[in-house]
Parts: sequence; structure tokens; C-alpha cells
Amino acid sequence: MSTQIERFEDPGLPEHLHRKADTDPKAAKRAEQQVAILFLLSAVGTVGTIASYIWVHPQVYLYIPILGSTNVQQACIGLGLTLATLTIGLGAIQWAKKLMPDVEQVQERHEFRSSDKDRDDLTKTVENRVEETGIARRPLIKRTLGLALGLVGLSPLVLLRDLGPMPGKYLDTTDWTAGTRLMLDPANTPIRPEDLEVGAVAQVLPELPAGTERTLENIGKDAVLLIRLRPEDFNLDPERLSWTYNGIIAFSKICTHMGCAVALYEQQTHHLLCPCHQSTFDVTRAAKVIFGPAARPLPQLAITVDANGYLVAKQPFTVPIGPSFWERNSKNG
Amino acid sequence: MTIMNMKKRMKKISALRRKRIAGPILVVAALFTIGTAFGVASALPSAQQTPASATSPLVSQGKAIFLRGCSSCHGLNAEGGSIAPALIGVGGAAVDFQVGTGRMPMADMSMQAMQKKPLYDPAQTAALAAYISSLAPGPASVTNENLNWERDGNIAQGGQLFRTNCAMCHNFAGQGGALTNGKYAPSLMGVEPKYVYEAMVTGPQSMPKFTDATITPQEKLSIISWLQSANHEQNQGGASLGRVGPFTEGLVAWTLAIGLLIGVSTWLALKAK
Amino acid sequence: MADKKTSPTTRTGKLAAGAANYADDRLGSAGYLKKNLNKIFPDHWSFMLGEVCLYSFVILLLSGTFLTFWFDPSQRDVVYQGAYTPLSGVSMSAAYASTLHLSFDVRGGLLMRQIHHWAALIFMVAIVVHLFRVFFTGAFRKPRETNWLIGIGLLTFGIIEGFLGYSLPDDLLSGTGIRIAEAILQAIPVVGSYLAFFAFGGPFPGTSFIPRVYMVHILLLPALFLALITVHLMMVWYQKHTQFPGPGRKESNVVGYPLMPVYMAKAGGFFFIVFGVTAFLGAVASINPIWLYGPYTPGQISAGSQPDWYMGWLDGLVRMAPPLETHWLGHTISWNILLPSLVLPGLIFVGMTFYPFIEAWISGDHREHHLLDRPRNVPNRTALGAMSIAFMVIALANGGNDIIATHFHLTINGIMWFTRIGLFTVPPIVFIITKRVCLSLQRADRDLVLHGRETGRLVMLPSGEMIEVHEPISDARKWTLTQHQQPEALPAPLPEEALVGWKGKLRKRMNEAHNVQVPAATLSELKELGDSHH
Repeated sequence: MSTQIERFEDPGLPEHLHRKADTDPKAAKRAEQQVAILFLLSAVGTVGTIASYIWVHPQVYLYIPILGSTNVQQACIGLGLTLATLTIGLGAIQWAKKLMPDVEQVQERHEFRSSDKDRDDLTKTVENRVEETGIARRPLIKRTLGLALGLVGLSPLVLLRDLGPMPGKYLDTTDWTAGTRLMLDPANTPIRPEDLEVGAVAQVLPELPAGTERTLENIGKDAVLLIRLRPEDFNLDPERLSWTYNGIIAFSKICTHMGCAVALYEQQTHHLLCPCHQSTFDVTRAAKVIFGPAARPLPQLAITVDANGYLVAKQPFTVPIGPSFWERNSKNG
Repeated sequence: MTIMNMKKRMKKISALRRKRIAGPILVVAALFTIGTAFGVASALPSAQQTPASATSPLVSQGKAIFLRGCSSCHGLNAEGGSIAPALIGVGGAAVDFQVGTGRMPMADMSMQAMQKKPLYDPAQTAALAAYISSLAPGPASVTNENLNWERDGNIAQGGQLFRTNCAMCHNFAGQGGALTNGKYAPSLMGVEPKYVYEAMVTGPQSMPKFTDATITPQEKLSIISWLQSANHEQNQGGASLGRVGPFTEGLVAWTLAIGLLIGVSTWLALKAK
Repeated sequence: MADKKTSPTTRTGKLAAGAANYADDRLGSAGYLKKNLNKIFPDHWSFMLGEVCLYSFVILLLSGTFLTFWFDPSQRDVVYQGAYTPLSGVSMSAAYASTLHLSFDVRGGLLMRQIHHWAALIFMVAIVVHLFRVFFTGAFRKPRETNWLIGIGLLTFGIIEGFLGYSLPDDLLSGTGIRIAEAILQAIPVVGSYLAFFAFGGPFPGTSFIPRVYMVHILLLPALFLALITVHLMMVWYQKHTQFPGPGRKESNVVGYPLMPVYMAKAGGFFFIVFGVTAFLGAVASINPIWLYGPYTPGQISAGSQPDWYMGWLDGLVRMAPPLETHWLGHTISWNILLPSLVLPGLIFVGMTFYPFIEAWISGDHREHHLLDRPRNVPNRTALGAMSIAFMVIALANGGNDIIATHFHLTINGIMWFTRIGLFTVPPIVFIITKRVCLSLQRADRDLVLHGRETGRLVMLPSGEMIEVHEPISDARKWTLTQHQQPEALPAPLPEEALVGWKGKLRKRMNEAHNVQVPAATLSELKELGDSHH
């Protein structure tokens, strides 16, 4: 049956229709002028760019609808450049479309596969040449070469070893120790419990030994958020409750998911939200994760006051702060 | 006038605070007791007690407004109810912020109190503030005139403080941001300095408080200076795209940019007539 | 028109010919050039998408070079004293300070930064749209599988290159991004913390990362791009461009315009168009205003922190990941990081890489193809593509859930749950719908060929019945709508011996699904219909 079915036939390339510019000299002239105007506009754009660069003051602003109050120099240089480039493109394309030959042409493709004879010849040649190396007959060479090539890539890898030190116990520790005073960030002054009202928060960092400069690496593991709640709002086990002071609770600010600073505290719901991936922690339940991808609560810092009435850490963090890593021991949570 | 006034005011505030700080637990306990007492008292209308200071005409005017407009939720004596918090001790600053920005009275209880056209005029708001202040001491309301942020604020310092304490909710440019379950931190663009100040001191709705000990009054003025500068931040590089980060930039690339380029491509491939 | 083949007589023509001869004297290039100046390029708007990629890459090289003259890739601490007063006296890294300097103290510097960043976004958008075009039209089939692989490589390196560039200014947003990248490194089992310490030269953030990233960003990856793009283009050149089906267009030919002059003018002109559009965006639309973000410090963060869009889908996946971690013998494995940021994207990219080979295995079609498929004629592939796009859009939407929540008054929790469920349910639905839409479109094609075009004119028959007049479509159109390969015409149906065992059965079922088609209209059918009508 299939032999009887007639399918539609390819009618072949449609007949070429002449453009106006091909037949009407006036239209051709018009097209030429259009292209010329576009190229002229480009020249104007370049002059404008240079003029704006030299003469427009960098501190002048102008209100333009949609853009708002905009820096004039930046806009002028940019729009000059836009005009200078865009019109070259428009001109060239218009030229090609209207004035260059527009008869579609056909080029034959060749099949990529070579003739069977050529392929046979090649196959034989390749086989012969491989045979000539004797690699198949000399397994010792084959295996040792494999070994050598397999290993040679290791050298550059090993040479990269000194890119950085070994992590050691760095990720397990912070600068908080028993008695470290809590210092306000960025003021770097100690803080007393009375300084915080119920519903108040403070961003704090540990007091570093005199003469030590605080680096970003310190902040990256030491940042702590202090929050004061009504003591009756807590829902903590006795140990964790003893880590708070008069309703003040302290958490590592470094998210246990991916290390962003978690500090969006909602004082009515007592939720802490991480703005990166929306992990939500319940402050009243020792920063238990109640939503989002974080798997562990924010580490709580035990705090108390020293003889001078300043807030201090009672002990270091009992668990590593921040995101997980392979060596992280979860024995304390 | 303003510098002297402000200094005086600051002194007053810190004096007040120092007094209160002397025994924070006592204050909490006292408030608790007062609250309970008022709760009991409100059940017996005849036994209402008015603090001695609360006899001025402004206070009674405020009380009248309160009873009419606020007491159905906040209780006859501002002791709070199941749907609204107690207002004893929140101070005039909280009243000025909440009522002055139209957040209170709330229009829709299911949502976070939103900024809208204020229901009460400034005089009525002041009366309400006077009434609430008369109940227990709290942060006093401020005016734009006595916040001398232009003089005492430092924009760069304000920026640092803003990025440490505020940007996590209100976004790097004060454009606002999302909180959990549909709550949000509002945009700070065009917000009057006094409301910014009062919000920091009182911690309205979800916002935590920033006490004068953790962010000093001078630092608060710096934050206001920075916000004012952010308000008037010129567009250095053209349309701001909302200052919400790469989100809108990606949107523009996927619509305007590729749209223009595909448009030109279509024209390019079209046969000329 | 008629005399276009005559030898050049103008001075310009002679000059150009002279140059060609000069080259031939030294390279013997006459034969090669003569042949290739006549090389035919088919015209279609979608064939310009690859050029957008190429040209935005050139723009990236040019603008990027400009930026390197001022950018100082160093994390040493400096105190800013430049023109942007809201940051006066703030301590920051030299990288950030020099980016501020570039933006405010170098005339046109901000424009170049913006052009560079817009070009990067356009580069990535164009790569993805180009990929769509190649995928949906089946342009990846034999003999172009290698170019598909190179394309996937360019896409992958593009994502990395873009992320590294976004990281360089050391502002609050980019620092947050680096922090997240560090957490991903750190989460890799066994070697994670070592990799992180080696990459950062010690603890995060350190002072080594930006200088190192800079070298990768401006030297290593651009060189790789240049090499891959060169091979990509040489293959296109050598294999000749594919073309859409139509009258006169066959597997064995290519119809279009010669390289010189038409294609040169169009493609050359198009470079300036891409430059112009990028410059326009650089002039009027702010991008990455790092001075508003502030310098990076790990203790600060902004609401709505997000990456550029080409990383946004990854961020969206990470956001919706379940809170899973394994604690085992003193070791921690973070599935909440590994699954969404390494395992899932890895699977997606492996699937994408091998797609041409998988499809050939399913269809058993190992012939060369130079005529493109109309997407509707390969419903399974089109549906798979639509399904993948749906997956990516959902992931991407979740990457901006906070911005969406505030602007459309939704909740981030709601969006998160919607996308968590939608990621698994919407793509299959999209697959089914797309497949059906494709088949309906095939049916519509069939009707169009057999019954003609609806004219909207109503005619009353003598019987009083109203009918709409249908006009037959042109022969060219009929050919275009029916030329595609029919399943029964497949060269070699899968051999029986290939269909044994579970693999064979799977292959058979997939083959059947792949071949689902509405039979194309035939001339016989049209004749039969015509007979019955008259």
C-alpha cells in the first residue's frame, strides 16, 4: 500500500521577487540615503561621546522620566556610544538588505562520510601503524605508560597544596572564651544587661586581647546576636536557660546552613530569619530550625555578667559555628 | 535652639533611662503589677485610678480619643487584650510613630499594620501620646526639628550602622524586604526622620528595639543622615531598577535586552520589499 | 543586478582585490578564499542568537580589559577617601575601593562597568536561548554532537566566569555570594574543609581569594572561552549551517546568502547592534550599584541577597532543599547543601551533555541531519525541553522568592512550599500538555494542507446551509508542512536483537513514545478529498 501513497513534492525555490530598489532607481537612491544618514548619525554619536567626556561635568544630575535623577555625563557618554554603534549596525544591515544582491543562492552539501575505499584504507593504515608501535605485543610498555600517564597529573595537583594551610581545628573554635566581654559592633564598647530592653537586639563581637586587630576572619566566626526577651517567653531546658542572663540570649550570627549573617529578628514572633535561604529559627526554643534548609540550630553562647556588670561569655561555644564540614563532630549537637 | 534643646532632651532621656535601668527587673515587675492591677481595675469602672500627672486637659483629651478609637482592642485602660498589646510604658514615641504614620488604628487585623493616611491629626496624636505617657514613663516622641541629624549625624558611620543593624531586613538601600509568613520590613524611602528615630527606640511590630545604649542617640542621627542621603541618592548609572539587587537586572536582560536583539534579528532576516 | 558578476572596476574594488592577491602571494590563499567568499549562510532570526553570544563575548573582552586598567584585585585594607561621600572614611578592601574609584573618578568608568555586567547577562541569556533553539529544532543531531558538547562546556564555564566576576568587587552582596560558595566547598565530604582552606589561603575570607579569582576570571577562563568558541565556529563553518525546511531546501543543500558581501554586512552590522544595545543598557539602566551595597564584612547582610540570574536557579534549589544532614561517627554530611548545589545540577548537566546520544539511541537514527525539525513534529523532545524549562523557571522563581513576596504581597513560606511541590509536579504536567499541544498543531497542519486556509467568508449553499470558504494553501506551504520524516520512513527500525532484556524493552518503549506522530497529509489524501468534494 505504501508504494501507492503519493506525497507532496518539493516545488523548489520560490521565484525571486525583485525589490523596489532593484527596479526603481529612486527607491535605490532612497535606500542609499537612509544608509548614509545612519552612518552620519554614527559620526554624530562619536562626536557626542567625546564632547560629553570633555565638557559635561561629572557631578551634574538631571531628572529624566523613568531614569530618575540621573548622572548626565554617564548617560551622555553612554547614549553617544549607543548612537555611534547602533547606527553603524543598522546602516550596514539596511545596506545589505536593500542594495546588496538578495537572490538566494544554493550550495550543495557533501556528505561527511568519506568513500568506503578511503575509509578502508584509513582503517588499515591506522591498524598497521598501531601495530608498528608494538604496544599490543608489549604489555609491559602499555602498562607502565598507563601508570606514568595516570600519575603525571598528580604533580601539579601536589604543587597546589601550598595554596593554603591545613584547616586543623580552626573551624571548631572561635575567639570566645570564658570571661570574654561582649563588644558592640561596630562601636566596640562593652555592654551591660541593662542596656538592652525587652525586645531589643544588639550585634556583638568578642573583646580581643589588647593590640590585636579585628580581622574579617574573626568577624566571620565570632559574630553574635544578642536578643532580650521576657524570661517567661523562653521555652528552654534548664541548662540552656542557665546560658541566658535576665532574658538576654546570645546566638552565633553565622548561619548553620551556608554562613550568611542571620539577623532578621522578629520581636513579636521571636523568629530569626536568614535572608539568604530563608532558614527560620525560633529564638525561644534555642534557635531550633522551624523552616527552611538549615539542619541545625544556631549555636547558643552562654553568657553572664562579670564583676563590673558587663556581659561576658560564660564559656566558649560548645559546638562549631557556621556551616557543616566533614570533620564536624556533632556530639554536642 | 535645636542643638541645645536636643542635648537637653537627650539628657532627659538618658536620665530617665538611667533611673529605669537601675532596676530593669523591678520595672518589669512593676509594669506587670500595674498591668494586672489595671486589668482588675478595668472590670470595676468605678474604681478607675488615674495617675496624678494625668490630669492636664491634653491628657483627658487624649484619653477621650483613646476610649473612642483604641480601647476596643487595647483595653479601656491600655492594659492590652487578646488581640492587641498593652500600651502602658510604650511612651509617646510609640504613639507618635504608630498613629502618626497611620499604622494605628489598624484597618485589617489579619495583616501587619501598614502605613496609610493617618486617622488622627497631629494635635489628636499629641493628645493620645500625652495620655499614654501619663500612664507610665516611656520613650518620648520627637519632632523632626529637634533631630539635628544634618549637624550631628555622620553619613558614613550611619551607613556602617545601617548595614550592621538594619539592612538585613530593610535591604541595603532601605527598600524594605520580606520577613516570615507574609510579614515584611517596609521601605524606608521618604519616611520622616522622627518616625525612623521613634521606630528604633520603640521597636514597632516585628522590629526589635535599638536602645540608646546599643545605638547611641548620636549614632541614630547618623543612621538618619545616611537614610536621608539614601533617599536623595542620585541614579549614577541610569534607572535604579528598584535597588533590589540582581533580580530586576536579570528580568531586564530576559525581556528588554534579548527582546531588542531578537527584534533586530527578525528585521535582519526579513526579506526587503 | 545583472552586472554584479563583472570584474571590479572601481578603486575600492581594486584595492580589496589587491589585498586578496597580496595575501595569496604569501599564503596561497586564493583558492580557499574564492571558495569561502561564496559560502552560503541561511537567514533566520534564530540563527543570530549564537552571534549575540559571540559578540557579547567580544564586548566582554573589550570592556573587561578597560576595567583591568583601574581595578586593584587586592583584599588589603584601605580607607576610602574618594568622590562617593557616603562611604568616606570607611575601611574596605582595595578591590572594593578601586571599583568605587572606577565608578566615580574615572570618566566613563561606571559606563564600562555597566556595559561589562550587562554584556555578561546578555551573554548568558543568549547562550541559553541559543541552546533552546538548537535543542528544539534538533540541530544537535549528527553530525553536530561535538558542537553541542562544546556549547554545554561554554554554558558551564559561562556560569562560573559570571559568578567569579560578580565576586570581584568585594561588596556586601558579592562577599555573601563567596561565603555561600565557600560553604559549598566546605560541604564536600572528606576533602571539603581542605579545599576551602586551600582556595581561600586559610580561613574565610582571607586575603588571597580575590587575587586568585581575578587571574582565573581574566586569563584562564577567557583563554578557554576563546579556544572553545574558535572550535565551535570552525565546526559551524566546516559543517555548514543547518536550515529550516521549506521549498528548495534539502538535506543536501544550503540556501541563503553568500558570505561576501551580504552575510559579512549583516553579521558585521549585527556586532554593532549588540554593542549598541549593551551600551544603551549601560547608559540607562543601573546594574550592580556596589556603592549602595557597602564593603563586605561577614557580620553584615542585606535583605533580598541573591545572585545573578544564571546562578539564581541554583540558589532557588538551595533555598527549597529539605533540612537534611547526616551525623555519622564524628562526621557531618550536609545533604541540604550537596543535593541542591552539586548533585542535582550535576545530574542536570550530565543529562544535557549526553542528550544527543540518548536521543540517537532511542530513535535509532544515525543519519546526518541538516534540515531542522519544526518543534511540533518531535513532540517528545519538545515536551522534554518545555518540562526542563518549567523546572528551571520554578527553581529560579524560588531564588527570588523574597523579592516576589514583597512585590506581590505573598509569603516567602508560601512561595517556598509552592515551588517545593511544584518542582516535582509542574514539569510532568508541562510535559503532557506540551506533547498534546504539539500533536494538536500537527493535526492543524494536516487540516490546513487538506482543507486549506479559513478565509472567514461565509457562503450559503443552495440547501440553505452556511459554510465557510476554505482557500487552498500554496504548494510551498504544503511542502513545508508535510516534508518531515514519517515514522514508517525511518531508515532502520530498531533491530530486534537490540530490544531484548530490560534495556531493550525500555528502549523500545521510549522509541515508541518518541515516534508518536500525526501522519502528515499526503497528496493521495488531498486527491481523494478533492474527488469526494466534486
